[in-house]
Amino acid sequence: MSDDLVTIEVNGKSLQARKGAMLIEVTDQADIKVPRFCYHKKLSVAANCRMCLVEVEKAPKPLPACATPVMDGMKVYTHSKLALEAQKGTMEFLLINHPLDCPICDQGGECELQDIAMGYGEDVSRYTDNKRVVKDKDIGPLISTEMTRCIHCTRCVRFGEEIAGIRELGATGRGEHMQIGTYIAKSVDSELSANVIDLCPVGALTAKPSRFEARAWEMIQHASVAPHDAIGSNIYIHTLRGRVVRVVPRDNEALNESWISNRDRFSYEALYSDDRLAAPMIKRNGSWQQTDWDTALNFVAKSLRQHAPQDLGALVAPTTTLEEMYLAQKLMRGLGSNHIDHRLRQSDFSDQDAAPLFPWLGMNIEDLDKQDAVLLAGCNISKEQPIVTHRLRKAVLKGGRVMMVNPRRYETPFELSTQCVNGPQEMIRSLAGIASAVFAYAAVEVPESLATLLKGVTPAENESAIATELAEAGNKAILLGAIAQQHTDFALIRALCSSIAMHTGAVFGYLPEAGNSAGAWLAGVVPHRLPAGQVAENCGAHASALFSKPRKAYIMYGVEAELDCNDPATAQQALNEADFVAVFSPFASEAMRGYADAILPIATYAETSGTYVNAEGGWQSFQGAGQLPGEARPGWKLLRVLGNQLELPGFDYMSSTDVRDELKQQFPADIEFDNSVTLNGGLQMPQATDGLMRISDVPIYAVDNLVRRASALQNTTDAQFIGACVNPQDAVRLGLTNEGAVLVKQQGHMSIMPLTLTDDVPEGCVWMSAGISQTSELAAGFGPVSLQKVVS
Amino acid sequence: MNALRHFFKSFLLLELFRGMMLTGRNLFERKITVQYPDERAPQSPRFRGLHALRRYPNGEERCIACKLCEAVCPALAITIESQQREDGSRRTTRYDIDLFKCIFCGFCEEACPVDSIVETRIFEYHFENRGDQIMTKDKLLAVGDKHEDQIAADRAADAAYR
Repeated sequence: MSDDLVTIEVNGKSLQARKGAMLIEVTDQADIKVPRFCYHKKLSVAANCRMCLVEVEKAPKPLPACATPVMDGMKVYTHSKLALEAQKGTMEFLLINHPLDCPICDQGGECELQDIAMGYGEDVSRYTDNKRVVKDKDIGPLISTEMTRCIHCTRCVRFGEEIAGIRELGATGRGEHMQIGTYIAKSVDSELSANVIDLCPVGALTAKPSRFEARAWEMIQHASVAPHDAIGSNIYIHTLRGRVVRVVPRDNEALNESWISNRDRFSYEALYSDDRLAAPMIKRNGSWQQTDWDTALNFVAKSLRQHAPQDLGALVAPTTTLEEMYLAQKLMRGLGSNHIDHRLRQSDFSDQDAAPLFPWLGMNIEDLDKQDAVLLAGCNISKEQPIVTHRLRKAVLKGGRVMMVNPRRYETPFELSTQCVNGPQEMIRSLAGIASAVFAYAAVEVPESLATLLKGVTPAENESAIATELAEAGNKAILLGAIAQQHTDFALIRALCSSIAMHTGAVFGYLPEAGNSAGAWLAGVVPHRLPAGQVAENCGAHASALFSKPRKAYIMYGVEAELDCNDPATAQQALNEADFVAVFSPFASEAMRGYADAILPIATYAETSGTYVNAEGGWQSFQGAGQLPGEARPGWKLLRVLGNQLELPGFDYMSSTDVRDELKQQFPADIEFDNSVTLNGGLQMPQATDGLMRISDVPIYAVDNLVRRASALQNTTDAQFIGACVNPQDAVRLGLTNEGAVLVKQQGHMSIMPLTLTDDVPEGCVWMSAGISQTSELAAGFGPVSLQKVVS
Repeated sequence: MNALRHFFKSFLLLELFRGMMLTGRNLFERKITVQYPDERAPQSPRFRGLHALRRYPNGEERCIACKLCEAVCPALAITIESQQREDGSRRTTRYDIDLFKCIFCGFCEEACPVDSIVETRIFEYHFENRGDQIMTKDKLLAVGDKHEDQIAADRAADAAYR
């Protein structure tokens, strides 16, 4: 027997256990039931509910199983008279102040207190005095509170401290006067905060959007995959009579553990938004008509056939399923056009031929916790990838160092060792500084391809510090976030980061923006590559060129051009001027009704079968859960029929699995991912410009058509529009004040919005969110911009 | 011997007279036939007839949309949809009982934690159109409002045995 194992006896059964393990872990593994409220496998041990008291031989009193480490030869009785008496006593005390409102409690039917009270509670209460009443707290639009029901297990408090990394909820007072609440009256804003709904063993914290809508026993559970970030968090969709009523996490230790982000949890609300389409619509003589599928698809097929292949263009949203993406590119390429793309927000395509097979994380998602040093370039990590943030935080707690190079300062729920905050162009110089420090540290000659770029660059102090940390750490990674991928000099960022990675031995990886960005590359939804990464003979136009050199006919698949594209103004102009625009979308937005000629309602991720590929390259297939509204159909079926209408070969699939298998066959069995970048010479530092530069990112609750319509998420603090943000120094220089609005001018486009002064934005920059209606009149996310005071 | 006894029995019409005696006796006894609809048979306070939804004396509906009746219904006759009302309370937005499915077992009444859904003494009703058999929330509340006095009296009479 190894030294790490001890043998204990539980209820007369001999069990092997890891030394130092708590008793409750051992009994859980052996499937011996011990009642508990405060213990949770992912949280620290608090031992404050006293429900898990068990009898241990030679111990004078019953001991809490969650806080008693196992010892060799220990004899434990979980159901002895003494243990049961202790458990029943605890139960009686807990029920003294718990209200008897189970019939109106959303937790009813799945309540741990209810279940355990069935087993350990008495039929009749001996308590005759007044019960305790606690005032409810308003902690934001996602979580509703009923604090009288709280049994003070402090799981939510520990979750905030240990998992979310933000101390939001806490306990004040002692004994009967103890209350759980926010320390100062405010909402709970962490991106993972709604997980406390699942953690709460009673109905004190419940989901606000689905409040009182369904009971636990009447919902049907469907396993699915979340579409909003690169993790592909595993979820359960719960439906009631075909309607999605809530989303809860599905445990997957390799991806999302037991958590999901608020975005994944509440985006389902969009399925029932007012502008959800229930029937296909076509525009005849300028007015919209509802029609049947035959007419609509015939109309689309006829209109597409009227245009030459080079006049067609297609954009596919990166949240679309793999099957739909594969069929969309098969359709376009069947028509003879390579003009298809999914990189809606990218602006620099100059090195797209050097791009890897797909934007790979460079490691397994699990391995993120084990990093000793991570450099994030162009990444608002906590808003882009909440689950990655949680994993990086775990790494930081173990002593790992996380560094960021960003165009503006971003908050993280863990301590950053260094954050370089410069403007968009200075950010390149920062990376160049790190690169030259790395070359100096490694005592290697600067490679020829980078020579011009690094010429005359002397690393600043913090840049050298980052280089040293990276060079000296054990496990290390350099990850490119969404802001880097949207940057006007993405090619430079990629070149610099990959050479920093190469010379420090770090893993070089990407954090793709959306749930299926990786799948889009694999399915061939890029103009220069066919499915499975084969090089296309004639490179088509990329997402930006599709609008800057307008086409005559467009297919927009799940894309809302006015919000999803890097340059919404140019995109809308091109679409308005096109002869024919077919939009496949679950929703019909106002702008869409303006530029489209046919709107075909498709299913969302919750209603279709499909596959998502996450950042580590894992294919996760799922089935539809909710019922489709009216005539709406899964997208792969529509594309299949449209393929037949266009008389293209190979569109006779019987199921979405057929489509996936056809794509999967095209990959070699022993495929290996590789993120290495071959550098070409001629890389130049971008020209410094005078005047203000715009920087932007997509807010967490504006990333795709679903979250934009989820009303509860839109009411959170994160979704509030704060207008144009500038550094106070700039404001003084430009004569702007915090009050009133500013006129923003960008490449001839104008918009009026409020002004916010903040030190987080470096001098010479204006930060504005992209992907929201307030900035959809403006041009690209990065570029020169001017501000003017509005005199009211 | 047996044949002789049988002969006398049938020849003297003994069985007929015995039957006529019974008829004759009942002719003069107290009548038990109820002349429905002019007369009514007595009903127990536990009678399980048409359903009703009750209100509190202040006019507030009792039902809190706990859906226990829906869960317990063996015939799946009850359909409930619920939502938060503007004042924050939990209420039904739809409460349908399909009387064609209902087997009048009374489980819904037993399950109700607030004595909201009850079965009344009403057993005389008919439907003229398809769909009329669905008792909606409005119809159920109307039945409750009309017969509240009787319903309350019946619950009070039975309370001692619960």
